[in-house]
Amino acid sequence: MSVNQFIDNEVKSNDVVLFMKGTPQFPQCGFSGQVVQILDHLGIAYKGLNVLESDELRNGIKAYSNWPTIPQLYVKGEFVGGCDIIREMFQASELQDLLKEKGVPVRADAPA
Amino acid sequence: MAMAAADIERLIRAGIPDAQVTIRDLAGDGDHYAATVIAESFRGKSRVAQHKAVYDALQGEMGGALHALALQTGTP
Repeated sequence: MSVNQFIDNEVKSNDVVLFMKGTPQFPQCGFSGQVVQILDHLGIAYKGLNVLESDELRNGIKAYSNWPTIPQLYVKGEFVGGCDIIREMFQASELQDLLKEKGVPVRADAPA
Repeated sequence: MAMAAADIERLIRAGIPDAQVTIRDLAGDGDHYAATVIAESFRGKSRVAQHKAVYDALQGEMGGALHALALQTGTP
């Protein structure tokens, strides 16, 4: 399976996927850590994929989305954005709206 | 590997001629910057499209010579 097929499969078979540096338990980059904090705060169930484990994955994901940086968040197969965009969307409650619109459960008591 | 703030600004301006660019050096190591890019040409574009325009203007430096660029984009 090519890295592109691997990525495509992961993105399509998981509701929320975060390609990051490190793992949700141990983020190894400030930007990845910020997105993990936001997703955990919202109580989102997501799959973390550590791009540091494979250069092929690290470069493959950038080609897949034509986006040059890590982390990258995907919801229902669609690229949503990197750290800056996820933070901006969270602050404007657009992330919460997007998740609800896509049928991804958001923790009820998570303040906007 | 590092980039000078002036080079980042020059590349963004070359790629987005109507952009107003402000760059802040976050760590003093030439690798960690924050940039705010305001351009009329961003109007109607999604955040992803706006950020992608800035990354494209940086001609592949983003994620290479430039390790971290906290980006904020918008319209005037």
